[in-house]
Amino acid sequence: MDVTETPLAAPLNVGFDYTRSTGPVLGRFVNGLRERRIEGIRGSDGRVHVPPVEYDPVTAEQLGEFVPVGEEGTVVSWSWCPEPLDGQPLSRPFAWALVKLDGADTALLHAVDAGSPENIHSGQRVRVRWAEDTVGHIRDIAYFLPVDAADTAPTEAAPPVAEREEGAPVSVVITPVHLKYMHSASPEESRYLRGLAEGKLIGQRCPACEKVYIPPRGACPTDGVPTTEEVELPDTGIVTTFCIVNVPFLGQRLKPPYVAAYILLDGADIAFLHLVLGCDAQDVKMGMRVRASWKPRDEWWTSLENISHFEPTGEPDAAYESFAHHL
Amino acid sequence: MPDVAIAGFAKAPNVRETPGTTNGVEMLVPIFAEVFEKTGLSKQDIGFWCSGSSDYLAGRAFSFIAAVDAIGAFPPIHESHVEMDAAWALYEAWLKIRMGEVETALVYGFGKSSAGQLRRVLALQLDPYVVTPLWPDSVSIAGIQARLGLEAGLWSEKDLAEVAARGTGKDVGELLDAPYLADPLRRHDIAPVTDGAAVVILSTVERARDIVDHPAVISGIEHRVDSPVLGARDLTRSPSTEAAAKALDLDGADLAELHAPFTHQELILRAALGLGDGVEVNPSGGALAANPMFSAGLARIGEAAARIHRGESRKAVAHATSGPALQQNLVTVLEAR
Repeated sequence: MDVTETPLAAPLNVGFDYTRSTGPVLGRFVNGLRERRIEGIRGSDGRVHVPPVEYDPVTAEQLGEFVPVGEEGTVVSWSWCPEPLDGQPLSRPFAWALVKLDGADTALLHAVDAGSPENIHSGQRVRVRWAEDTVGHIRDIAYFLPVDAADTAPTEAAPPVAEREEGAPVSVVITPVHLKYMHSASPEESRYLRGLAEGKLIGQRCPACEKVYIPPRGACPTDGVPTTEEVELPDTGIVTTFCIVNVPFLGQRLKPPYVAAYILLDGADIAFLHLVLGCDAQDVKMGMRVRASWKPRDEWWTSLENISHFEPTGEPDAAYESFAHHL
Repeated sequence: MPDVAIAGFAKAPNVRETPGTTNGVEMLVPIFAEVFEKTGLSKQDIGFWCSGSSDYLAGRAFSFIAAVDAIGAFPPIHESHVEMDAAWALYEAWLKIRMGEVETALVYGFGKSSAGQLRRVLALQLDPYVVTPLWPDSVSIAGIQARLGLEAGLWSEKDLAEVAARGTGKDVGELLDAPYLADPLRRHDIAPVTDGAAVVILSTVERARDIVDHPAVISGIEHRVDSPVLGARDLTRSPSTEAAAKALDLDGADLAELHAPFTHQELILRAALGLGDGVEVNPSGGALAANPMFSAGLARIGEAAARIHRGESRKAVAHATSGPALQQNLVTVLEAR
């Protein structure tokens, strides 16, 4: 195996709306924010917690006495954020700060739009800059401003809102999460994917147990050593097990019913999942001989999608005993 | 209940970026081989396996499953996982041996921090209702913590630079001339982004005597948690570390490996653990030299144990942290006996 080749890598962007129910304490807090009110909660020791906590951080007692606090407060500590990251409250340089609101005994972490580090200090008086659209979310506080500063810049767009009946209180908060990664395939997977781009099915043999894996593994699950010796496999094999898909789902490419099957290529020791088409779904059997149906060559790339599906060859079925230990 | 000792340790080279996968297999296979060679054990000798890693670091669900291939997990093994630094996986393995369920355990942690934007990914460790939606990054939160101590007169910027200088050999004056990266933090105050992995083998003390000349006996292990509410904590202290230390006997320790990803956090930890001047701190360089996520804490325990294995320490304190601003802390005491 050529180990000098750089593994294949590609951006992997993950995104979802993190959707959470609020419960009574945080629910009251975010519904207050929607009306541009800030409420804390009184702890067992009499201290007022903002943001409110459901249980006392010291005694673990359940809390429920809400206390309105001011929308002005004092910076307890801060750090400067010279290059804001995606999703942060401001896209221009700003300060992160712990802000103790008037009437609160604990501090809220948020952003202060101070312009430059010279314009912020601990003890500084700041006030809430409300978002243009308040929806019942911590982002309804867009950021803080020095008390005497004017509201000038528009605020970021509000986060999405869960569907609810007209006039109903907010019981769910949604936080969009977007993360960017550079995903790398292993050296073994990279050999396999590059092989597919040339129409080859490349497996690799474990040097210890001599099993042939396709796709090859970073390490043999039996022996814990990387698979090394390259093995080119034919595009024929058998169906070891299968299911008939009758259920429609979002993003489905084929019209049900169709067959998703484990295909064990001739010479391989591990099956992979693919489609069996070209015959009636009812006629697919365990042990059925199949051959790959490749897409036109100009559509090939580093993907198993180059094989559109598998089709029956018409040969006699393999005996159950020949694949029983691959199930 | 049997006493437990650390019998082996290995770690991957700490690098800024590996070309490998986020499932860690490429980093783990060589260090498993190394630790088996050092201890003379094989996978058949391991009674329990436990790992620490993070799906958010890898960008996909159940990412630790693929790493299990590196073990050679067929026939099936007795295995578990924590979504925390692998020091907490070590705690779980310690319990398994203490309960008499197994005699040996292998613990590993891994993380490819470079795959994503680490300081942003770590925002997902925070309160999901009122903090994560603001995406505060780990460096900014540490900066707020550092300033509280600076303004309270608990430490100075020079004190912070001295922590960095001890590990790097650089000149304190030069370090202080560097610009702020995130006021009040300079580059030398912040652990580097590191890809890495570490593995530790635990066993009963009796078994460990057959494996190493000087087993590192775990004479105490404690972990505590502080409130996740950053604004409700005294961030200049680490009450959870203090509580863990109080439950342990640290007297006579000659070495401490502290998991402090920021210079001021080393000072907080030294105070919380009550470490005197006679204690050598972080001869390995600590997290400021290399901070492989989800294995840096386990590596502190491994580094301390390795010193005992080599006869260079009689009693060592190892500390691991997880979460923002030293939220969760685990303290282990290791002894040569």
